[in-house]
Amino acid sequence: MDVLTLSRLQFAATVIFHFLFVPLTIGLSVLVAWWETRYVRTGDETYLRMTKFWGKLFLINFGLGVVTGITMEFQFGMNWAEFSKYVGDVFGAPLAIEATAAFFLESTFIGLWALGWNKVSKRAHALAIWLVAFSVNLSALWIILANGWMQNPVGYVLRNGRAEMTDFAALVFNGTGWQIFIHTVLSGFVLAAFFVMGISAFHLLRKNELQVFNASLKTAAAFGLAAALLLVVTGDMRGVDVAKTQPAKFAAMESHWETQTGAPMPLLVWPDQKKAKNVVEGLRIPNGLSLLAFHKAGAEVKGLKDFPPDERPPVLLTFLSFRIMVGLGGLLVILALGAWLLARKGRIAAKPLLLKALLFAIPLPYIAIQLGWIVAEVGRQPWLVYGVFKTADGVSKSISSGQVLLSLLGFTLVYGLLAAVDIFLLRKFARKGPEEAAR
Amino acid sequence: MSLQIVWFVLWGILWAAYFVLDGFDLGAGMLYGFLGRNAAEKAAIRRSIGPVWDGNEVWLLTAGGATFAAFPAAYASLFSFLYSALLLILFGLIFRGAALEFRAKSAGAAWARTWDLVFGAASFLPALLFGVAFGNLFRGLPIDASGYHGTLLGLLNPYGILTGVLFAAMFGVHGALWVSLKTAGELGARAQRMAGELWSYLLILAAGFLAASYFSTQLAANYLKSPFWAAIPAGAVAALFATRFFISRKRAFAAFLSSGATILLVTATGLVGLFPNLIPSRMDPAFSLTIFNSSSSPYTLKIMTVVALVFVPIVIAYQIWVYRVFRHKIDAAGGDGENY
Repeated sequence: MDVLTLSRLQFAATVIFHFLFVPLTIGLSVLVAWWETRYVRTGDETYLRMTKFWGKLFLINFGLGVVTGITMEFQFGMNWAEFSKYVGDVFGAPLAIEATAAFFLESTFIGLWALGWNKVSKRAHALAIWLVAFSVNLSALWIILANGWMQNPVGYVLRNGRAEMTDFAALVFNGTGWQIFIHTVLSGFVLAAFFVMGISAFHLLRKNELQVFNASLKTAAAFGLAAALLLVVTGDMRGVDVAKTQPAKFAAMESHWETQTGAPMPLLVWPDQKKAKNVVEGLRIPNGLSLLAFHKAGAEVKGLKDFPPDERPPVLLTFLSFRIMVGLGGLLVILALGAWLLARKGRIAAKPLLLKALLFAIPLPYIAIQLGWIVAEVGRQPWLVYGVFKTADGVSKSISSGQVLLSLLGFTLVYGLLAAVDIFLLRKFARKGPEEAAR
Repeated sequence: MSLQIVWFVLWGILWAAYFVLDGFDLGAGMLYGFLGRNAAEKAAIRRSIGPVWDGNEVWLLTAGGATFAAFPAAYASLFSFLYSALLLILFGLIFRGAALEFRAKSAGAAWARTWDLVFGAASFLPALLFGVAFGNLFRGLPIDASGYHGTLLGLLNPYGILTGVLFAAMFGVHGALWVSLKTAGELGARAQRMAGELWSYLLILAAGFLAASYFSTQLAANYLKSPFWAAIPAGAVAALFATRFFISRKRAFAAFLSSGATILLVTATGLVGLFPNLIPSRMDPAFSLTIFNSSSSPYTLKIMTVVALVFVPIVIAYQIWVYRVFRHKIDAAGGDGENY
């Protein structure tokens, strides 16, 4: 395999791995901060025990998110030197700002929070976790503004053989970037809610620490349901924005080949990229696609055939990822609704079936989130910066395929090992319950 | 002064700050297996860096991010040229973070022994390799019209290795002094003795580094042109001797600050000699990457200057505050907060 393919595989592997840890950090930081605030306000020890239990799991998860993030920043230069040279004037700034304005804050105050229980006042300690929660989300904003610029490049000119920034405000207020940011943060909230609900369900099924886990599940269900519903709204907005800014991606998401007004949406589809058509297509919803893309029944939706074959993204992967993500999203809304309805009446501990479903639902948001990013990143191909710079042009010239093969194997091995240890520890502490975490 | 020069200075400060800050926790990690004689002492060393290592490491991300934003062509070239060396640094940092996070979270002698070994080795590797990388920058890389001609083994030339060992020794002294500052009793005394012993080796390495830099690199040229800058290497030497002085007086904090100043000024010595190059070519200066031919546009540099001037002081302020919260010596009996 060549340097390009190997570098793409490596970027995909390392970013997927990195993003196994980040969404839980995003959501759980907010929940832990909320519970610690309740403790400070009410003095109720149950909230303290919740804070410590979920905080422990938060910390086990947090460390790997940090160290795997360093890999991401280094890789732009290591494997994608030509990309970095071409867009660094625009793209480097949000990354540097992320480190300076957000990452310092979370890394400094997580240390204070983890080891400072008896060193600062209760209020200051709770403030530390709020600062962590705030800066974790701020980190996500700057990173995603960098990604948002790759999806919808704004505020730049091509000059001196590269892209140069001309309007920082345009980059910061890029609507596409903000939409992806909000959609991502909400998905982190949903993931954390299901993480908390699933582990709480595990203990409720064993009649263990009923008070702690009933309370945890109740908060998480409300938080998760609200986030999941908003996720549907922002997902719809994303669809409209993608149809406008990246029509090729939208067409691939829906496996839509021919440009059409009043385009229907077939429910049963199987694409064939070589033949440039769907080999299976059935159960059409009239005007469905036009409504989805533009909220107008008669609107024209561009088809993949409007783009030369080498400018079409991989259709099957984009299409399937999108469909499955949407399906999982719907399922999660239903589960969160059920959990919320029963938990608020205090009846959920008596519903073993739902509890088991919640336990087994823990991986679902993880899968949905990865699929969402596959839609965003694979669907943008063959471009790195949509319409401006192609992926094939971005790879480093001074590295050999042997080097990248070794590093890819190295990452696979190292990350695999770390994932195994991390899951082992999360499982261990999740099963043990609050007593162990308080020590 | 052009913004490119401002950013060269800022770039240097960020890297130097990273070396000073992560230097002591990498150093403490390197010496961890030799300093900590039992479980309680080992835990004390881990807990001495527990609240701060994460924040220290962000200086690396900021230094890397600043290189990207201010000098994208240099960032792209440097990181792709030194691909394999950076990969090893990354693996070191990843394993070190994992060791710190995981070590105390499960029982069992084999678990503890494994992560102890990982922690020590994974602290040493980045310390050594950052030195090797900067040594090769000072020396220049083999770049010509057709690109880069170096290899991983090529980086391990005598001067590169010397700089690597120098960095490891500086971090070692700095780390030992941190442990002596933060722990009481026998461990603290032992760490102080170790700092003194390591210092003798560091002195020899530093003398060798200055001589080798004079004879086998172009670093001296800037100093010969404007001798005023010689104050920086002179300051580095003074800080090095001040470290020894304060070690023998058993003034741990002053000795720690002096070793920090040594790292800062040694880094500055190299960077002043490098100016205006970021990546000098050993083959033909026409292919050197300088702050002028590899920088971002004036517009981006202006934005980044504002960001740096607003946020870096804020970062420094809250990091100092957190250091102050944890200023007391580690209680070897332990027990407060998250166990490390």
